[in-house]
Amino acid sequence: MSATAETVDQVNTLKDEKYKYGFVTDIESDIAPPGLSEETIRFISAKKNEPEWLLAWRLKAFAYWQTIEDPDWQKPKFPKIDYQEASYYSAPKDMKDGPKSLDEVDPELLATYEKLGIPLREQEMLAGVAVDAVFDSVSVATTFKAKLEEAGVIFCPISEAVQRCPELVQKYMGSVVPFNDNSFATLNSAVFTDGSFVYIPKGVRCPMELSTYFRINEKNTGQFERTLIIADEGSYVSYLEGCTAPMRDENQLHAAVVELIAHDDAEIKYSTVQNWYPGDENGVGGIYNFVTKRAACRGRNSKVSWTQVETGSAITWKYPSCVLLGDNSVGEFYSIAITNNCQMADTGTKMIHIGRNTSSRIISKGISAGRSDQTYRGLVRMANKADGARNYTQCDSLLIGDRCGAHTVPYIESKNASAMVEHEATTSTISEDQLFYLRQRGIDEETAVALVVNGFCREVLQQLPMEFAVEAQKLVGISLEGSVG
Amino acid sequence: MAMLEIENLHVTVDGAEILKGINLSLSGGEVHAIMGPNGSGKSTLSYAIAGRDGYDVTEGKILFRGQDIVDLSPEERAAEGVFLAFQYPVEIPGVANTTFLKEALNAIRRHRGEDELDAMQFVRLLREKVKELGISDEMLKRAVNAGFSGGEKKRNEILQMSVLEPALAVLDETDSGLDIDALKIVADGVNRLRGPDRAMLVITHYQRLLDYIVPDHVHVLAHGRIQQTGGKELALELEKNGYAAFTGNTEAA
Repeated sequence: MSATAETVDQVNTLKDEKYKYGFVTDIESDIAPPGLSEETIRFISAKKNEPEWLLAWRLKAFAYWQTIEDPDWQKPKFPKIDYQEASYYSAPKDMKDGPKSLDEVDPELLATYEKLGIPLREQEMLAGVAVDAVFDSVSVATTFKAKLEEAGVIFCPISEAVQRCPELVQKYMGSVVPFNDNSFATLNSAVFTDGSFVYIPKGVRCPMELSTYFRINEKNTGQFERTLIIADEGSYVSYLEGCTAPMRDENQLHAAVVELIAHDDAEIKYSTVQNWYPGDENGVGGIYNFVTKRAACRGRNSKVSWTQVETGSAITWKYPSCVLLGDNSVGEFYSIAITNNCQMADTGTKMIHIGRNTSSRIISKGISAGRSDQTYRGLVRMANKADGARNYTQCDSLLIGDRCGAHTVPYIESKNASAMVEHEATTSTISEDQLFYLRQRGIDEETAVALVVNGFCREVLQQLPMEFAVEAQKLVGISLEGSVG
Repeated sequence: MAMLEIENLHVTVDGAEILKGINLSLSGGEVHAIMGPNGSGKSTLSYAIAGRDGYDVTEGKILFRGQDIVDLSPEERAAEGVFLAFQYPVEIPGVANTTFLKEALNAIRRHRGEDELDAMQFVRLLREKVKELGISDEMLKRAVNAGFSGGEKKRNEILQMSVLEPALAVLDETDSGLDIDALKIVADGVNRLRGPDRAMLVITHYQRLLDYIVPDHVHVLAHGRIQQTGGKELALELEKNGYAAFTGNTEAA
């Protein structure tokens, strides 16, 4: 068994134990009983002290959800999910239940953090170590919060935003991903527990990269989080999501919704590094990562750029998309998807060109190893008014070994004769020549594979903010451990 | 003790025996040339020394500084000080030459129990080497061998050798695909790296490379065996008479 699989496995064992204990002691207070009903939703809404309109919206979504089935057109198949088995509300793990210090955290987990070069303080946050008052008072999060407030940026948990700026939440939530978009988005609308809210006022360039790292209160965000980012006219924000370490997530299904809105001349850069638990070498366990992410480029000259590095999860099923409404608006999608062992991914993007002279660019790099299988699925749609719209798509697949699969399914629909759509695709394997060449220079096999794959992904890695790029590069290597030899 | 001592080496590729009992001994400071017709097993010998998968040693030993390296992985052999300059250097798209060289050097240093070089120290070292070999900075920034001309690829091999400082360098058909100017530059780079602590095995089909890299000993390889050994004048003889005397009409290896 490879080092990574071992680590993840140990982490998993640890989390199972924790879960049992946690469940028994907390059941009366912070965890809703398993099952999904109107009662559950009222319970969640009440816990969060939500306004009536939000409860009504949740209930509307729930009523609709009961009438629909999960889609089944995707390539990765999985057994029907029993939604009544899960618990839909569990308060963030109480600090007092968490490990008291890094000494109590599984050393294997720490070794992985170290490999990723994650600073000690972040390691503590990721591992769920109780953060004491002294630490908290000097925490980066607090410092940043003050700086952001000075700029007028609102960056807080969405449940807090509901209290602080309900009019913004009410106006925009569900406006990009409607509650009836797809069954997972519908479920999320009914039961979402928390997530991030960002508002960048007119003309403000957000003074720092916003990252979930710095949201201490959010590190144990539930599996149904909801993120809403609004960039008002002429503003700019770069948002980093996710975490580059194996997270101890108790639940199987992760169904998040992310909505981005860019007004005139605004730009949003959204980067994700996803490394949820991928299951073991035989495909047992792991997260179903079924996320709906969509951006509306509503304003003229607005721009949204999605960058994703997807290395975790048993199944990744998502299409971060852009609806290009504003004239001259720009949508970009840069993706690296790595699957190893029995992982499966069906991912890509949708670029919906509605405004004139809109342009989009799609660069997708898929790496399959082990017995994994992945599909790039993308839609480029040129609406009839999208005069002069352009798209460029490049899909490259790299296969490691002879038991994995890669598929490319591009859908192109054009209703405008002046629109231009380009699609390029390649499939290659890591050659034995390349590996031998690198090994002959003293580089061990796993590092050699990581080097070649990093080279293959370079165009996408370059899109990531600097500090993220370094972690992502290391993650590429770690994800592929045990894929050769 | 010899730097490289090959004893009765038999190597099989895809079930066919290509090398049928090679004996060879190189001491530090020596340059040996292996010459032979196409298909005689020259490249097989170089891959067997470097430990490439699929080149199975069925009999015999490869002693490097007294240690049999047959069971070592390619990277372990490299770290011990075995270097192969490839006939066809491989392209690694997206990986900067500098990144690759630093990764390689530090892997070898780690193996030797030496401290890794940080970015600054490495750049300093690289500048020095590059200057000696007349290689442009621009070539360092480009992806490994990607879009390099034939001459640039071979010069890049020599640069790697100069950075990694191996005890044994095997140069596999380093002259192939080079015009005379490029050949001179490459040969000049190799000659700079000659020294008392380094042995070189120069594999070539043609004599012309040996005008520039003058060997101490020349061996003729045909049918998987060393057929004749002599001084540098043997290469000239071969140039004149060809390999006919060694190939005859017998089996082609």
